[in-house]
Amino acid sequence: MDNTFKESIHKAVNNANLTGALGKFSEAYKVNRAKAYEGIDFEELRGRIAELKSYAASHLEQLSAQFTQKAEAAGAKVFRTNDPAKVREYILKVAQDNGVKTIVKSKSMATEEIHLNPYLEKAGISVGETDLGEWIIQLAGQTPSHMVMPAIHMTKEEVSDLFSKEVNERLTSDIPRLVKVARNELRPRFLKADMGISGGNIAVAETGSIVLMTNEGNARLVTSLPNIHIALVGIEKLIANYADVAPILKALPRSATAQLLTSYVSIITGPTPNTDGSMKDLHIILMDNRRTEMAADPKFNQALQCIRCASCLNVCPVFRLVGGHVFGKVYTGGIGTILTAWFDELKKSEDIQGLCIQCGACKDVCPSKIDIPDLIMEIRRRLVQKQGLPLLQKAIYSVVNNRKLFHGMLRAASIAGKPFTTGKFVRHLPMFLADLTDGRSLPAIAAEPFRDRFNKIRQPKFKEKAAFYAGCLIDFAYPEMGEALVKVLNKAGIEVVFPEDQTCCGAPARYNGAYEVAAGNAVDNINALLSEDVTYVISACPTCTVALDHEFISTFESLGQTEWIPKARELAGKTVDFSTLVKKLVDEGRLSLKDGKKLGKITYHDSCHLKRTLKVSEQPRELLQKAGYELTEMFECDMCCGMGGSYSLKLPEISAPILQRKLKNIKETGAAVVAMDCPGCVMQIRGGIDQDGAYIQVRHTVELLAEQLKE
Amino acid sequence: MMFEQFKTRAEGVSAEVYRFETKEAALAWLIGFLLREGMADKPQSTALWAECSFLDGMDRDELQRIPGLKFGVTRELAADAKFGISQMEWSLADTGTLVQDSTAIEQRLVSSLPTIHIALVPTNGILPDMPTLLERLHPKESAYIAMITGASRTADIERVLTIGVHGPERLVIVFVDELGGKN
Repeated sequence: MDNTFKESIHKAVNNANLTGALGKFSEAYKVNRAKAYEGIDFEELRGRIAELKSYAASHLEQLSAQFTQKAEAAGAKVFRTNDPAKVREYILKVAQDNGVKTIVKSKSMATEEIHLNPYLEKAGISVGETDLGEWIIQLAGQTPSHMVMPAIHMTKEEVSDLFSKEVNERLTSDIPRLVKVARNELRPRFLKADMGISGGNIAVAETGSIVLMTNEGNARLVTSLPNIHIALVGIEKLIANYADVAPILKALPRSATAQLLTSYVSIITGPTPNTDGSMKDLHIILMDNRRTEMAADPKFNQALQCIRCASCLNVCPVFRLVGGHVFGKVYTGGIGTILTAWFDELKKSEDIQGLCIQCGACKDVCPSKIDIPDLIMEIRRRLVQKQGLPLLQKAIYSVVNNRKLFHGMLRAASIAGKPFTTGKFVRHLPMFLADLTDGRSLPAIAAEPFRDRFNKIRQPKFKEKAAFYAGCLIDFAYPEMGEALVKVLNKAGIEVVFPEDQTCCGAPARYNGAYEVAAGNAVDNINALLSEDVTYVISACPTCTVALDHEFISTFESLGQTEWIPKARELAGKTVDFSTLVKKLVDEGRLSLKDGKKLGKITYHDSCHLKRTLKVSEQPRELLQKAGYELTEMFECDMCCGMGGSYSLKLPEISAPILQRKLKNIKETGAAVVAMDCPGCVMQIRGGIDQDGAYIQVRHTVELLAEQLKE
Repeated sequence: MMFEQFKTRAEGVSAEVYRFETKEAALAWLIGFLLREGMADKPQSTALWAECSFLDGMDRDELQRIPGLKFGVTRELAADAKFGISQMEWSLADTGTLVQDSTAIEQRLVSSLPTIHIALVPTNGILPDMPTLLERLHPKESAYIAMITGASRTADIERVLTIGVHGPERLVIVFVDELGGKN
């Protein structure tokens, strides 16, 4: 990872103003968004948007032509180009031909994308941003840190300093007063401007209309007062039908700012009269800048469905820590990473794609149904494909894939690290490895891995069998979880088998873009797990379950190794996570938990893969309550704990504060036990609690249930 | 029903909502409101009234005798006016939105430049939602469809909601049953 990039992360996470403002906003956003969507079938709505936008993305040529024809028939001038330089030249030419001296702009990410302002200013034209946030960052000489709220990283004190300089008067940091100053300062500029430049939230091919949404009312002035109006629209804003405007107007404000509708919506179709009686000189620029190329890409065409609500930023546990500027100068957050890789270049996304912890929170809220985490993985895959794997990483994978060797090495490291190990934890590691134990203790490596312990478990013989897929953490660090699982299943009359040849699930390789390695893991595991005649393949690690259930298939698909897909599907058909299977067994009366126990307060942490990929969240809660625990929900129970596999090792400065927030939420419930279904989360949270010193037990559901089985 | 829903939604975004049966009652209230709020024939205190069907059959000369009340919208008058009055033909119950064919620039001037925008709305023009509106009002008939939901607002400084940035800081909605509506 690039040093300046690391430095920018360091600066951001230590900027209390930034993390405070973003943190507060993201907490409020979640609640307000839910309220704004009350009574609306979000799945149905986003299904519709995804459909109409994906239709548009696959008909860009046709819709551009239709839009051009309709808008021109209405009297607008339409210019279409792939080249950002041509966009800038066109705008400058229109300005120069008309003797334009001053321009007012309403918010447009497309103009940011092509760095329009400095270009026009160099030609001697004054360009004024009028969106309050954009004006603030223009005065500060910065770039937007958020697509909807460009100045969210700045405090009112910083704004008052900027405004004070601008109006030559010492202003206080009273926000309504600052807003009034902006109104008074910008009003004469609106009235004087020779040209208005806007973006476009939607472009309707059927009618040649552009739709503009603002809250401040600046777009209405920009499109009404100057005699010339230029709208710069990325062609991904095209939709086929006028009626399709409705679902976008329904979702965009709700997802962006939790509003039912923005204060102002304007649908402009051709020129309208100016105040001097002339007709508006209306230009619409349809900008491509690699969007057509993107549409032809079988994976990334999906990203063109984006309606730029930025909800993927608002729910991102990483974005709320680092803010937008770490991501770059234009598009930020999850979707921004993808857009940067295309509209700028793949290379530019090399560092920022690594910020994604793959928690999936953004995918859940995207009103256009874009699988952002998956597209970021695809960026990783393509980067690795292009540049190859670093040597060290290659060496690591070859060790990880050799189970016996891997355990031996981990064990050796943990013994060598003895002076630093107390009880169940490795507390401090020497030198550069110290980062790994910063704010979190690592589990000590088990003297005997689960695979060796398994052979010593005496199981009754049953007809029904389940293959246990342990995964690294249960095998090497938490073998007791595996033993608990065997105990639970035996009680339900299921015999557990442990196919020895199972290996790493491939998630570490896949999440680092090494799909070939992940495919190798998939083949080995398919062979091992399908070799036994079992009803279920059970895992107590959601990340492993997701690998077995979904990712083997998609890895083969990505690499075109279709011959393995039927077997991968067969395995997926048998795969089940621990809580889902146990809930089923309890419901069928095959397994009973002790009656009438009062075990006290418990809180439950939802693991990302379990909740959002496997859609399992109620099962463990019901089981724990049945066992006698009194459930108290923590705030943001389904927010990532910051583990993210090797993420916590690569970006500990981000992982640690995410963990701290999680610990705070756990402690605030007052529960004595926090349960979860993922050994990775256990490792992260148990380690955090250990360093924190709080008296809270961090347990896997499997352990808690194994203690409460009815004899 | 739809009126009640509209009122709740519009008030939720800090609009003020009134309703009168007759034009006469609405006018009487309006004049009172303007005077109470400081309408006068001096800079930044005038009220500017854009052409609309509410004015049909009214004696404008008589109305213009009230100090500060003006017709004949220009850019200069609108920039100086404290009040802008216009008629918005449709309203959407589920979001508290007003809608107008704003092709004529005068309609946009009085609803965007003054500090207070007073919207006269035919009660029968209430529609349930956006899809219904899009069936009624097509770009073929209107080059500038304008929707207004509450007052001008921003949260760009520290996410603190602040009313009145570039547009009006108050939106006063006056439903008039007698105006009928295009519904």
